[in-house]
Amino acid sequence: MTEMADVLPGRLAGVLGADAVITDPVRLRTYECDGLTYHRATPGVVVLPETAEQVAAVVRLCNEYGVPFVARGAGTGLSGGALPRTDGVLLVTSRMRRIVEIDLPNRRAVVEPGVTNLAITEAVRDQGYYYAPDPSSQQVCSIGGNVAENSGGAHCLKYGFTVNHVEALEIVTPDGDIVTLDTRDPGYDLAGAFVGSEGTLGVTTKITVRLSRTPESVITLLAAFRDVETGGLAVSRIIAEGIVPAAIEMMDALAIEAAEAAVRCGYPQGAAAVLIVELDGPAAEVAGQFAAVTRICEESGSFELRTADGPEERAAIWKGRKSAFAAVGRISPAYIVQDGVVPRTALPRVLAGIDRLSAEHGIRVANVFHAGDGNLHPLVLFDDAEPGAGERAELVSARILDLCVENGGSITGEHGVGVDKARYMPRMFSKDDLDTMQLVRCAFDPRGLSNPGKVFPTPRLCGEVPGVRKGVHPLVASGKAEQF
Amino acid sequence: MSGAQESRREAAASLEKIGVTIRDGGPGDEVAGLRPSWVALPESTDEIAAVLRAAAGHDLAVLPVGGGTKLHWGPPPERCDLLLDTCCLAAAPDHAAGDLVVRAQAGVTMEALAGLLARSGQELALDVPMAGATVGGTLATATAGPRRFRYGTARDLLIGITVVLADGTVARSGGRVVKNVAGYDLGKLFTGSYGTLGVIAEATFRLHPLPAQRRWIAFTAPDPHAARALVAALAAAQAEPSAVELDWPDPGAPLTVSALIEGTAADRRAAALLPLGEAAALPPEYPEYEDDADGALLELRVPPASLATALLTVRDAAERAGLSPRVSGAAASGVLRIALPAHEGLSGFVSAVRAAIDGRLIVVAAPEPLMRRLDPWGETGALTLMRRVKERLDPGRRMSPGRFVGGI
Ligand SMILES: Cc1cc2nc3c(=O)[nH]c(=O)nc-3n(C[C@H](O)[C@H](O)[C@H](O)COP(=O)(O)OP(=O)(O)OC[C@H]3O[C@@H](n4cnc5c(N)ncnc54)[C@H](O)[C@@H]3O)c2cc1C
Repeated sequence: MTEMADVLPGRLAGVLGADAVITDPVRLRTYECDGLTYHRATPGVVVLPETAEQVAAVVRLCNEYGVPFVARGAGTGLSGGALPRTDGVLLVTSRMRRIVEIDLPNRRAVVEPGVTNLAITEAVRDQGYYYAPDPSSQQVCSIGGNVAENSGGAHCLKYGFTVNHVEALEIVTPDGDIVTLDTRDPGYDLAGAFVGSEGTLGVTTKITVRLSRTPESVITLLAAFRDVETGGLAVSRIIAEGIVPAAIEMMDALAIEAAEAAVRCGYPQGAAAVLIVELDGPAAEVAGQFAAVTRICEESGSFELRTADGPEERAAIWKGRKSAFAAVGRISPAYIVQDGVVPRTALPRVLAGIDRLSAEHGIRVANVFHAGDGNLHPLVLFDDAEPGAGERAELVSARILDLCVENGGSITGEHGVGVDKARYMPRMFSKDDLDTMQLVRCAFDPRGLSNPGKVFPTPRLCGEVPGVRKGVHPLVASGKAEQF
Repeated sequence: MSGAQESRREAAASLEKIGVTIRDGGPGDEVAGLRPSWVALPESTDEIAAVLRAAAGHDLAVLPVGGGTKLHWGPPPERCDLLLDTCCLAAAPDHAAGDLVVRAQAGVTMEALAGLLARSGQELALDVPMAGATVGGTLATATAGPRRFRYGTARDLLIGITVVLADGTVARSGGRVVKNVAGYDLGKLFTGSYGTLGVIAEATFRLHPLPAQRRWIAFTAPDPHAARALVAALAAAQAEPSAVELDWPDPGAPLTVSALIEGTAADRRAAALLPLGEAAALPPEYPEYEDDADGALLELRVPPASLATALLTVRDAAERAGLSPRVSGAAASGVLRIALPAHEGLSGFVSAVRAAIDGRLIVVAAPEPLMRRLDPWGETGALTLMRRVKERLDPGRRMSPGRFVGGI
């Protein structure tokens, strides 16, 4: 990679200006990992483009030198998706933060990828609108990262994920063209395919998001239970009654303990599980649902119910839940945040399985989850000073994913595959499934330069010329590759 | 025997060997005047794969077909040797009521599915505008109805898919949980792909509880500007309508704007909207899809705020072309249907509207001679990437060739 070191930074500076190219080793280290800090690599060079044209120029230079590139937003990803390449360019969108247009009559906003998720809502809140997907990291994470990860949030039970709120994307393709993928255009839904592709199909440089109307009424309930099972029962009954709350979140005893220690959220004494249910929509509808949810929680054995209908009270209820990830740091020196999904009806079985794994390996697991859609975030706690504990925690964490897959679920509900879970993909998908997905990759990125090594455990050889080929591929003939 | 006859005989022999029901194509199987040599009736995903492998071995062009309700949609295929009829892929759907998901084979009709789900008080919140439509056909054409305003379209409700590629490869993506970001979403690519990427064998959808109540209300608007204002007010109303529809039976008539309110207290919420305009007669439960068998059916997609300008453009262009259009559809989503009589003036109308609007105009269906004289899909962005996707998934160009954008 001598060219990488000698020539490329200069060429990049020629395009972007010297202040937008980082080669200083100390500054490069700032970018060596995302939110998943145990995967680290110092990027070969970091660039801070300001426009789509600059991104395209960078990508074309990468093509010229055959150098891989990785896009990075705010670096809050939890699967190592933005892990840089030591032999590549890290393309950071922090200087692309303009809200290009707010178009309320058409309920949409056009933004650059570095704009934070929350900034969109803040720009339109006063006019009675908001951007619905709300990952807990919304104050910092970028909309470009959200698009790449198809991020969700506590409210995606009712409102869906990023993909349901993106109308169009401007992207720089892996070979450096600027192209618009618009869901209103006739043809294949390439915008739909791009969302959630984790930076492997190119870099998005402009995003048109759909805005939603602020609901007329919001009520948040906190229900305390003596055990997780009865809390789970209440969830099933709420769904069975035909209610789709905006959010249903659950925390178990250990997660509550951690949250109390960290933020003193003051949840009911003696609660071994709390359920947070948020209802929103037209006032008349919410009132009816509120009565039903209250009744169900009481009948299911909730021993204390709190209600919030103002912003402060609501924040108090959410405080413990929102702090849960960081809070476990108070009760454990180290932890792994897992992200798996099971069909909601399998929750009791899977939670019991997690308990067994925990006991068997002497590793504590705190459970925080989006109960409405079966998205679990087990926090696997361990002491990194204790020899072997890290390995045992890793094992428990992996076995939890097995449980999810065995029960018809998924290895990731919102944090993505990235570098962290690529090796688990074969547990969920066959070789043919993965090869077919990679055909799409080959269509966008035949040279495999856009965020290589993520999502797929083994890269697929794309071949040179797609189309009808008769006879044997030259690489196969020379023994360099297998036919696909 | 000629070479062509010889290879046809060989293909027939291969198809016969795989043990899937195959019959010869007849006059009733024609698609845009093309008669397929064979019709295959696979009963499982494996059987689809066997048919497609055999077809691949003999370079046969394959056209998947569901209920046949929309076979006349899109431009005619370039060639069609084998019709792959999914009618017999109709095993009882696997409905996990507690999880609000259902998995169904491609040949299950949307009506049968709705009937099954209703027994548990649930629904797939996708309005199906035509009787007989199947799960596979609905996905392949991405048809959606009024409630797209609230629930989105098929792509938004699909959570897992099993497809079979032209070479017989069976691939799945997604799964049976609503929240899932593992791997690429092939479901998005296949939804609305008009059979050009492969065969949809099976699909899993997220469901919704059947709303407690359902109320339509309707208003009359003297002209497109008034209609647009009404649509905007309804769309922004905190009563949260599930649908805001428009109907303009002919350019001389007033427009009807209607809204659907669903859920608890729908009556009260609907009543609260009445002061927004002048009440009109209620439309039927679902505004009907125009019968497009003899005429032409077009789809107009515009930003909702440009509704009035778009309607006036349509009116003027139609008048110049000597046509009388009926315009209706999901006004708040900016997706409208235009029904026109089959007429010489169609292609002039299409180019005039395309030149004037900030949006897209697609000719969904038209009698074949008219269809051949225009570009039904019109312009699109990202055509190069679309071609590349097609080349990777169907390198031999054998799946419904010529039916899609840019001749894909
Ligand atoms: C405390 C905490 C809470 C979280 N809560 C949630 C949650 O509730 N729900 C949820 O879904 N996630 C959550 N996350 C995960 C994370 O915030 C999301 O995945 C987020 O979308 C990442 O955005 P980012 O800007 O930080 O992206 P990064 O971490 O910088 O990058 C993520 C991926 O996106 C790619 N990427 C970034 N920008 C672009 C671009 N412009 N074009 C193409 N690819 C690009 C990167 O290559 C990488 O693969 C949480 C994370 C933390 C730390």
